[in-house]
Amino acid sequence: MKIQEAEARSLMAALLSGELPDSEGRFGPFGGRFAPETLMPALFRLERQARQFFADEDACRALDEERREWVGRPTPLTRARGLERAWGAQVWIKREDLAHTGAHKINNALGQAHLARRLGAAQVVAETGAGQHGVAAAAACARVGLPCAVYMGALDMERQAPNVQRMRQLGAEVVAVDKGDRTLRAATDEAFRAWVADPHGVYYLLGSAVGPHPYPWLVRELQKIIGEEARQQFAQSAGGLPDAVFACVGGGSNAIGLFHAFLGDESARIFGIEAGGKGPGAGQNAASLCAGKPGVLHGSYSMLLYDDDGQVLETSSISAGLDYPGVGPEHALLQAVGRAAYLAASDEQALEALAECCRLEGILPALEPAHALFAARAWARENPGKRILIGLSGRGDKDMPTLTQTLS
Amino acid sequence: MSNPNTGAERLRRAIAQAPQPALLPFFTAGHPRRQDFHSILGQLAAAGDAVEIGVPFSDPMADGATIQRASEKALANNVTLQWILRALEAHGDPGAPVALMSYCNPLLAYGIERLAARCGDCGVCGLIVPDLPWEECEPVRAQLGKQGIALVQMVTPATPDERLRALCRGSRGFVYAVTATGVTGGERRVSAEMARYLKKVGRYSRLPVCAGFGVRSAEQVRALSGVTDGVIVGSAVVECLERGENPGAFVRALRN
Repeated sequence: MKIQEAEARSLMAALLSGELPDSEGRFGPFGGRFAPETLMPALFRLERQARQFFADEDACRALDEERREWVGRPTPLTRARGLERAWGAQVWIKREDLAHTGAHKINNALGQAHLARRLGAAQVVAETGAGQHGVAAAAACARVGLPCAVYMGALDMERQAPNVQRMRQLGAEVVAVDKGDRTLRAATDEAFRAWVADPHGVYYLLGSAVGPHPYPWLVRELQKIIGEEARQQFAQSAGGLPDAVFACVGGGSNAIGLFHAFLGDESARIFGIEAGGKGPGAGQNAASLCAGKPGVLHGSYSMLLYDDDGQVLETSSISAGLDYPGVGPEHALLQAVGRAAYLAASDEQALEALAECCRLEGILPALEPAHALFAARAWARENPGKRILIGLSGRGDKDMPTLTQTLS
Repeated sequence: MSNPNTGAERLRRAIAQAPQPALLPFFTAGHPRRQDFHSILGQLAAAGDAVEIGVPFSDPMADGATIQRASEKALANNVTLQWILRALEAHGDPGAPVALMSYCNPLLAYGIERLAARCGDCGVCGLIVPDLPWEECEPVRAQLGKQGIALVQMVTPATPDERLRALCRGSRGFVYAVTATGVTGGERRVSAEMARYLKKVGRYSRLPVCAGFGVRSAEQVRALSGVTDGVIVGSAVVECLERGENPGAFVRALRN
């Protein structure tokens, strides 16, 4: 979807001045609250409480302290000299893999766990794909003292077995979802149902910048610390701004978290990298922005992969964390107004980039950010000598079963 | 609303003029088998006062296990909104007004304006869209309104009074009162609290109020008489179809 230039400029100005999402949860045409009536009072209450939370200095100070002492923020910005030599560019990596539990997901989980406690929830539910959000939710709930149930697709439980054990060890109940596509989408359907069944007692700790308003806004507010830190660290380490910023996009929480601080920096080009899976055919990938159309899934109007009859397509990606047919509405807006460009990297390309990062940097990235690494290298080769910032959203330990299978 | 021939008005009248409470059986189109669509529709239209037809969707997030199962089966049988509309057109007037229940995305994919224009030819009097709350519904409501097709609003026990007033005023055809928070299909008795809630919705609404989610026995239906204008029977009919039983007889038995 493309938006006319004048309209695009005014939407961008509104986004930069903090007016988006608007009172209806819209990022331009995208977003909103396409939720059952049962959830509407709970969504209004959540938005009210979240706004109070962000305005409450004591609550924010307590969260900041936890981010420092328990999550380990700020995470480092690493100069990637091995990749620089190979790519012919200057490369910095924002190390969310070094955050507690091994991915950016903890930023959101911790913030929402604090919010759940404030709302007096009796039970937290969460969905998970790769298991990173599930582990983060389990850890954050343990930290604030709330019971946590994590819904996970049965297929994902097989391919992310180490994370299932971690969640259980951290005291969460892992609920296998053995219907639908048996991945993140089916798990999200089921977590929503658990919330619909008890909108007051249950707090739904949604893991990405998707879902009905206020989630895309709430998750971005909790993740934008990634870009705020990176922007400052980059200025200190390199002076000035990066020429290009890369992050992988599934639902898009780490990407929006990294991008947000750079949206007003016109000299910084922004690239989101989706899962190109096995190829461009229907059902072969999970590239909602590259290959989808506007539609409604899980409470939000955004770019979506669906067929001519409106049925959501099955998706395919080697990376469970990107294996989702929808995407956050703020990304749909950034694409429509032309502020960010969205590309896809295939399974094979991600594997190759992952291997290169291990070999040259001594860092095992997760398969998700490996998609961003591949696209950054391709861009670096066409734009020699430029300064590149890459969001390394998580570490790859959880992918060992997949990697072992692929190598053998 | 004043034109007696609009779909919305036919739907309202069928419920308001039925023996109370009116019965609105639900089935998912093309479940359990596509070829049974016409006979199921005929039987339910004869036994009920209006029929709700479910459009299958890949991600039915407000439905319980029974209707999820039916939806999945119908999709496996290649049932689409387009197929349903053609089947309805071919069927002719089933003798009771028909409302479609669909999630947003199949409707968006078909095109709202195109759908609104087709409803009349297919005997579709109204639409119920569980993931299209009041704040988001105006474009759809306006398109359907032009053709006299009802967009039925749903209310729940958690809906605050002010919002309840707006939803009741904005609804067409009838008001769909969800009787418990939760996904569809749970078995529930008619508690004093539920009766109070349904009576309250009745006071706020000039349209008939139909209670949904979880109604499955004659005893419940009797208990709802005088409390609500109509009853939607969803999961119970779908389970009856799964067992291969006669859905018309099941619905008639609810009246005894």
